[in-house]
Amino acid sequence: MNPAVAIHAQLITKGFGKGTARTLALKGADLQAHLGELQLIVGPSGCGKTTLLSIIAGTLVPDSGSVTVLGENLTAMRQGKVTSFRRRHIGFIFQQFNLIPTLNLIENASVPLLLNGLSRAKAERAAQDMLDLVGLAHRGKNYPRELSGGQQQRVAIARAMVHNPRLIICDEPTSALDRDTGHQVMELLQAVARKPDRAVVVVTHDPRVYAFADRIAEMEDGRVLSNQPALPGGPHLING
Amino acid sequence: MYHLALKMLIGDRAKFTMLLGGLFFAALLMTQQCAIFFGLLAWTTSHLSNIRAKVWVVEAKVEQVNELKPLRDTDVSRVRSVPGVAWAVPLYAGILQARLNDGNFKPILCIGLDSASLVGRPALILSGRLEDIRLPNSVIIDDLALQRLKTPNGPPPKVGDTFEINDREARIVAICKSDRAFFGYPYVFTTYDQALQFAPHQRKMLSAVLAEPALGFSAQQTADAINASLTGLRAWPEDTFFWDTIRWYFKNTGIPISFGTTILLGLIVGVAISGQTFYSFVLENLRNLGALKAMGASDLKLATMLLVQVLTVGLLGYGLGMGAAATFGAVAAQRGNPPFLLPWQLVLGVLALILLICLASAALAIIKVRRLEPAIVFRG
Repeated sequence: MNPAVAIHAQLITKGFGKGTARTLALKGADLQAHLGELQLIVGPSGCGKTTLLSIIAGTLVPDSGSVTVLGENLTAMRQGKVTSFRRRHIGFIFQQFNLIPTLNLIENASVPLLLNGLSRAKAERAAQDMLDLVGLAHRGKNYPRELSGGQQQRVAIARAMVHNPRLIICDEPTSALDRDTGHQVMELLQAVARKPDRAVVVVTHDPRVYAFADRIAEMEDGRVLSNQPALPGGPHLING
Repeated sequence: MYHLALKMLIGDRAKFTMLLGGLFFAALLMTQQCAIFFGLLAWTTSHLSNIRAKVWVVEAKVEQVNELKPLRDTDVSRVRSVPGVAWAVPLYAGILQARLNDGNFKPILCIGLDSASLVGRPALILSGRLEDIRLPNSVIIDDLALQRLKTPNGPPPKVGDTFEINDREARIVAICKSDRAFFGYPYVFTTYDQALQFAPHQRKMLSAVLAEPALGFSAQQTADAINASLTGLRAWPEDTFFWDTIRWYFKNTGIPISFGTTILLGLIVGVAISGQTFYSFVLENLRNLGALKAMGASDLKLATMLLVQVLTVGLLGYGLGMGAAATFGAVAAQRGNPPFLLPWQLVLGVLALILLICLASAALAIIKVRRLEPAIVFRG
């Protein structure tokens, strides 16, 4: 069965800087990711992984090409609509967690719901349930500084999932974590990706997470070289 | 979402304290200095507030109420003859020397009132009887005189006590409340005739004529009628005399510049500390704000959050600053010094300035956040 397409990026180009200082980060990148799958984007530093992820997430506008996410053409949308789309349909997990240090875990996890207009009481109740799901129910009143890196990333996962987004975007989610914690985090993300109406896209150059992928896109020099289903027993990369 | 915005700000204790301190200091400095300035200006017009006449007729070259020049006694009759004047009475106002029982001399502001009508009499008698002012050698002293005419180690003067003015005995028959004069001399009220006895004799002794507009005339119309009819005199409605006196002090003394500099300093300190602190708070939280933007917070939502933060701390700082200024004012009122006047216009004016500081601080931050690319959170 051919799973439904979650992301369809075509001929994406993106450059930074002006004049002679201008560099092209993406030179016609294509990517297709599917619902119910955990899609990895891998490649060496500077190959354009993060730029492609930013464009897929709607936080960066490409110079050319088109991006369709969950059936919506982001490149044709006004920026306000894109922001609204992100708010409703996308969950984010960042490399540095980006939890707000002065808010407790419940408050941090409730942010997407509050942004979507839910009342404080309902948002905090849902956030508490989500913290329960990631094994941090008893730490809701704690602050990020009181948690280990792995625990903080679990809060970030709770925050990314609390509003039931259909797409979760992860930027190097395990790079700041030790092996065991990274493993736990990837298991959580894999569980989310197993749901048929969800998709998880992970940018990484951490080879330990390849085993969790359903599909691996390999990038180099601003292009996607391949996007293959992950094979049992680990990836078979062109540059691997 | 706004409760989280406030928690984000308050949670950063150092910045919050700095921001609050800056706004508190700005509000306190601006309010306190303005209130002292207004108080000082009110002292310059104490003759007007203590004597309370609708129209003042003075020598033609007089520019403000503290520099009354002598008139002829017949000028009272000239004023009475003008249509539009219901009645007019003489007034003596001059600085004399009081000799205390220990031989020490103290300057006083002697006010001589028309003995029949007692127009210009003190508004509030604290002890004694107003009518006794008509008795020979009688005076009413004000509350400031209780301190100023007190001999060292002696009790404050009371009703029945005596002192000398220009070698004549003055008996205290009452003590009144009065607004303080700019020069800090106590008011001593007596009758006009008695004041002429106390004062060193001069060819012309009348200081001013106090007039009441006739029925159907406003103070301005009566003053205009007097000015049109009489030469060598100038009639002022009370409020015009008040504002012209204030204007004179603005033009001819360094007081406004001195206070204005401090008030401006308060404003600059407020803008500098608050603006800089809030901006650096935003800079430090740029990644968090970028994360919120990535998660779908609109520019409007983030701008509103920043405004809520800065306006909350602004109102807190304003409240604390105003409270501290009011406490200072209460202590000043008890001591009678320094002058302190806190009108509602000042309360609102300082609030407007504090809000202006807050908006200026927020504007910088909002511009920064508006230009912030949400993709910043994906960069290491």
